[in-house]
Amino acid sequence: MSAKDRILAKLRGSLAGTTPVADDYDVALLTEPWRYAPADRIARLRTMLEAVHGETRLTTQATWPQQVLEALATRNIGELLISPATPHGQQLAGHVALTGAGLRLKAYDRPVEEWKDELFFRTPASLTGTLGGIAATGSLVVWPTPQEPRLLSLVPPFHIALLKASEVRDNLFEMMQAQNWSGGLPTNALLVSGPSKTADIQQTLAYGAHGPKELLVLIVEDA
Amino acid sequence: MSAMTELPAVPIAFKRNAREALADPQLRRNFRGAMDFLMDKRRVQFPDGDELERLRAFGNRVRARALSKLPELLERLDANLSRNGVKVHWAETVDEANAIVHRIVERHAAKKVIKGKSMVSEEMEMNHYLGERGVDCLESDMGEFIVQLREEKPSHIIMPAIHLNVGQVASLFHDKLEVDYTEDVDRLIQIGRETLRRNFFEADIGVSGVNFAIAETGTLLLVENEGNGRMSTTVPPVHIAVTGIEKVVENLRDVVPLLSLLTRSATGQAITTYVNMISGPRKADELDGPQEVHLVLLDNGRSQAFADGELRQTLNCIRCGACMNHCPVYTRIGGHAYGTVYPGPIGKIITPHMLGLDTTRDLPTASSMCGACGEVCPVKIPIPALLRRLREEAVRPPQAEPHHMRGQGTKYSKKEAMVWKAWRKMNTSPALYRALTFAGTRLSALMPSRIGPWTEHRSAPKPAARTLHELAREHLGEQ
Repeated sequence: MSAKDRILAKLRGSLAGTTPVADDYDVALLTEPWRYAPADRIARLRTMLEAVHGETRLTTQATWPQQVLEALATRNIGELLISPATPHGQQLAGHVALTGAGLRLKAYDRPVEEWKDELFFRTPASLTGTLGGIAATGSLVVWPTPQEPRLLSLVPPFHIALLKASEVRDNLFEMMQAQNWSGGLPTNALLVSGPSKTADIQQTLAYGAHGPKELLVLIVEDA
Repeated sequence: MSAMTELPAVPIAFKRNAREALADPQLRRNFRGAMDFLMDKRRVQFPDGDELERLRAFGNRVRARALSKLPELLERLDANLSRNGVKVHWAETVDEANAIVHRIVERHAAKKVIKGKSMVSEEMEMNHYLGERGVDCLESDMGEFIVQLREEKPSHIIMPAIHLNVGQVASLFHDKLEVDYTEDVDRLIQIGRETLRRNFFEADIGVSGVNFAIAETGTLLLVENEGNGRMSTTVPPVHIAVTGIEKVVENLRDVVPLLSLLTRSATGQAITTYVNMISGPRKADELDGPQEVHLVLLDNGRSQAFADGELRQTLNCIRCGACMNHCPVYTRIGGHAYGTVYPGPIGKIITPHMLGLDTTRDLPTASSMCGACGEVCPVKIPIPALLRRLREEAVRPPQAEPHHMRGQGTKYSKKEAMVWKAWRKMNTSPALYRALTFAGTRLSALMPSRIGPWTEHRSAPKPAARTLHELAREHLGEQ
């Protein structure tokens, strides 16, 4: 018998004659305390994100690329990691070309093994899309893809995330239902709520532990 | 299997440890401050007492349901993870679990392992095991990193370095990392970040724990704030997750109440910075993520707790640490005094299943039974009732059936059992009770002034001149 068989046999023996506990899932308890009027939903998300040092800006489909340039300029960052294969990556590239801004766009277009050192030590900022936001906790839903890999939102010290206002939902339960998460999850699915942080030294909060030191969320109001 | 050859258990020196901790004012200040901080943070997260109570009841039912179908859910988890490309391993003991990890390490000729936070790997003493075999294990959670630099163990399951203050960390970094002394926490964290960053991509293998394993989708869910968990599970070519067999939940939606209870109870956060859901290794068209993902499911005494309906509730635990944050004993002696991986109230009820009641004989009695742990537990584990139950198991005759626990009867003494038998006889027989209380009151002068441990810190009781029954009779007669 394998360890698996022995463990399962022991557990089965202990349950002999018992009936499984019924599933009396309480949807109301997980949704009702966390509902927001449409006018308050974005405000709630922003408040929650800003409480954990996330920065948020309201913007539009036409003007967000300019916001990206400004945010980088204020920080004296001349280089941004993007995915050229996404619509937003292309829009930003077009904008940069048009305005002749001195921003160098770098593409995450090859396996990480081929450029680990550069990604870890010479890539100051990145841009990713998101699948949506959760107002109750101020969270971004990020599902990495072949175009926007996992480390794109993790390694560079400054992470800019695009969030469509229409994709902000009240709470996690409704988000899971609306996007049918249980129907199939990607290799890696994430909720991101602010820049990385720690309070491991005498409960003193410090940002920029191992992930991004700064997170800027651009909320695209007409998308 | 090896029961015949086992050496006699060496009990943990809890009392000595506790005495030492109580005499360390620095340690006591550090814990007092930290526990007050964590209690306040939690309180702020639950402004609505009604919502809290309903959510706790819900969390309890979600865990109870998962345990009521545990074998079936573990098989479903195994099947779904395997379908997703994750290799699932099962281990009855920590030795088996370590051997599994070591085989993976050897197959990849790995020299360096980077670890996210994992209490089960502490349970396995994985760092030590692999270290002896020439493999470097580096902790990447800031607290764990600090504790590892000091060659210590975590003193809290959520905040491993909670026993230290900033000055102690500053000196440590100055001595071990050869940096300028600074008490600026931001600077200290940046030093940690810089030191660890290179290690994430130099490591051959990343090791992590698991907060919830979701049977329905074959998903491992991890919560964290630092990003080291994401790094450890994404950057190295191989990811090994280790977890206890009780961590499984039935459906993805079951994590919604548990996640809310976990982060709010643990650190008083609405949510952690990252909720990391891993459902498989890197796919052919993906550019990062590990090529291999393994899950090691560890029993290590959990099936013993599972075998008894009452003790099974121990396995509801979602490892939030709220019970220790609210425990007057833990606050005063800190986590190291327990001498176990899991300290505090939850440690006192889970460790006896892992190490045996004989090794942990002082833990069930290291409680004032104030009940705070049971009141704050987000999944309603009746910790005080379970402590009482373990005390009972510790004094049941070693051979008595049914035999619920390894180390049963470790405190059993024939003499004590007879004293209690006599005590019961006296209290349930009116004639005997009257005779003995009469004798006790009349012969009170013979009462010794020293009666064992009782009089170490207290004066000896003095029987009254007449019994309560006599006084009552007299009082009622006067009316």
